Amino acid sequence: MIGMDEKLSFFKNGLRLDGRRPDELRPIKIEVGVLARADGSCYMEMGDNKVMAAVYGPREVHPRHLQEATRAIVRYRYNMASFSVEERKRPGPDRRSNEVSKVSREALVPVVLTSYFPKSVVDVFVEVLQADAGTRTAGINAASVALADAGIPMKSLISSCAAGKVDGEIVLDPMKLEDNFGEADVPIAMTPNGDITLLQMDGRLTPEEFRRALELAKTGCQQIYEIQRKVLVDRYSSMDVPESCDESEGLVEEGI
Amino acid sequence: MDRMDRNVVVPGDRLSDDPKKAGEGTYVMDGKVCSLLYGMASSYKDKVRVIPLAGKYVPSPGDTVIGTVQDIVFSNWIVNINSPYEGLLHISELPRKIEMNEMSKYLRIGSSVMIRVKDVDSTMKVELTLNDRRLGVLTRGRVAEISPTRVPRLIGKGGSMINMLKKELNCNIFVGQNGRIWVDGNDDDMDLALKTILIIEKEAHTTGLTDRIMEFLRTEKEARS
Repeated sequence: MIGMDEKLSFFKNGLRLDGRRPDELRPIKIEVGVLARADGSCYMEMGDNKVMAAVYGPREVHPRHLQEATRAIVRYRYNMASFSVEERKRPGPDRRSNEVSKVSREALVPVVLTSYFPKSVVDVFVEVLQADAGTRTAGINAASVALADAGIPMKSLISSCAAGKVDGEIVLDPMKLEDNFGEADVPIAMTPNGDITLLQMDGRLTPEEFRRALELAKTGCQQIYEIQRKVLVDRYSSMDVPESCDESEGLVEEGI
Repeated sequence: MDRMDRNVVVPGDRLSDDPKKAGEGTYVMDGKVCSLLYGMASSYKDKVRVIPLAGKYVPSPGDTVIGTVQDIVFSNWIVNINSPYEGLLHISELPRKIEMNEMSKYLRIGSSVMIRVKDVDSTMKVELTLNDRRLGVLTRGRVAEISPTRVPRLIGKGGSMINMLKKELNCNIFVGQNGRIWVDGNDDDMDLALKTILIIEKEAHTTGLTDRIMEFLRTEKEARS
């Protein structure tokens, strides 16, 4: 039994409640090209977060007045399924998901070469199927992979990850418990070069703690980037080449 | 090192340190050539280029494409060319002169046409033309659709793939730059042609494809006879 004066802790023997080290990400799973109708798609799990991203376009803009003469516009819709959280979420956009949509869009747009497709639109839809803190970062990761899958020209992929503070300690990729009862949450998104495209914070951190959280989140993004890249590369490399294709023959044709 | 693995690149991958080598599908940042696309990197005429694995068709002048008439407006046909931008075919771009009130006699809504992109301006207004003997309305055969990025593979080096298909399948085949393909022949041949085209689309990134397709066609034809 927990005594009245015994403080509940987020750490046990230096490990977190789910057994992770403070600087460890949750397990990640990414699948590319899961939707046949979409031009690009990606299903992603980050721990207990499950999100699906679909990209359509470039395509004609409707309604017409949103069209821009010299570049493509990018629309991003983040939406949580009503069953994604414990207590039923009232369906439809709300203040929070509008904000998440806005910041996520702005996290991705800097790398998309919108000038290649004037007068068109790239639509990104992110559906959260199961939420466990960090759905916006999972959504951005999935959307970035889906954009690549759709063949949209980009300067780089975007990776996103959060750092938080619980029990006075800075941790990477907080899960729901740590997010709800912790002291701070700092989600970021960045390019593999380290250019930050999203930076938010809620809670309180000293400047020193903030710097440490930012550095930690950056290392998380780098790890995620490696996974994103690997999934995309493996998709075409690991495809079975039937046995009749012998090596020497292949090499000749590669010179085309 | 796996040579296929070396070839698949994602946006942002560094391809070369020599900015002069920047080819299609790449950009230069801080003197480094990086990939703009998710695709296959290769050298081409001492440049590095990236061929995308997916993407939409962007019309450029001189392309021959297959379109469907979507609408008829004042002296223009609006033609869907499987692209983010719709094509405009003006009444004067027909091989013979017709009156405005008989526009739908010649090209109805839903008609498929083999058509050429005459001009594309900076606002992406796409002007089309039918003024060539090889162009015209498609009245027979079938139209299939593949990703426009796989079109070069379907044609093959110097037309090797497409010529082989035409010969082996006894079909007339036309591949539009926009990924639409017109096939004409007898029903069985067309069935096999469409099946083959879809295989080529699916395996466009693999090597030794032409020979494998030849093999596939042989076994299919043996099974048939």
